[in-house]
Amino acid sequence: MKLQGLNSRGSVEQVMKEVKAQAGRNATPGKQSGLTAEIQSRIGHQLRAMYDDVVRQGVPDRFVELIRKLDVPKPDPQLGATGDPEKDGGS
Amino acid sequence: MPLTDSLRDDILASVPSLRAFAISLSGNGDRADDLVQETLLRALANIDSFQPGSNLPAWLFTILRNLFRSDYRKRRREVEDADGSYAKTLKTQPSQGAHLEFEEFRAALDKLPQDQREALILVGASGFSYEDAAAICGCAVGTIKSRVNRARSKLSALLYVDGAEDFGPDETVRAVIGGNGG
Repeated sequence: MKLQGLNSRGSVEQVMKEVKAQAGRNATPGKQSGLTAEIQSRIGHQLRAMYDDVVRQGVPDRFVELIRKLDVPKPDPQLGATGDPEKDGGS
Repeated sequence: MPLTDSLRDDILASVPSLRAFAISLSGNGDRADDLVQETLLRALANIDSFQPGSNLPAWLFTILRNLFRSDYRKRRREVEDADGSYAKTLKTQPSQGAHLEFEEFRAALDKLPQDQREALILVGASGFSYEDAAAICGCAVGTIKSRVNRARSKLSALLYVDGAEDFGPDETVRAVIGGNGG
């Protein structure tokens, strides 16, 4: 899946360190009004760090089991599939 | 279309992103996984209405987003992340300094109006196009663009513009410098 490509980024901690380190090196941003490219990029980094940390956890077992269970075709009692034409309303 | 093996695999492959979206929206790991579970059950129950060849992640995200919004109306965000329940869902625990900044970011994200937050996450983190995000949210492309812009501006104001002094060297930066310098 295309979305799986997101996995290649670093950990939250790593990204946060990079963001902090970069901010520390730069002159103080000051009381800027508006949205600079640098701040935009910082927000993007943090947003993706938060998101990708969850993506990297993969698929928890409960969801694998859920999909697997639903995979097995089973008779649906509500459809009245008893195999008995009379009970199934087929008179 | 019927639930084929490959479609089932594709649905499972979307689960990590669905969880990330759900956690970003709800700010609560347990509730997010319940949302994902309900999304999968809905998707599988309605799999016949999925158009083969169309965007499966976008379809699943649409279901999750609608579930979240109907749920949200019922019980607002009564469980805030005050106890760090979101952070507990993380496998890699950030260090103290990074953790604090992460919590600040999370708190700022929570302050955004829901429309803006979901638009920003879909475009800025999930990697959807503006067009896909508009389809997921059921609004015009221009609306998504303006929501994303407003979300970024508000985050910027909350995190950086009024808090520029936060960017001085702190524990994290010193640790990095110290680590490199020996």
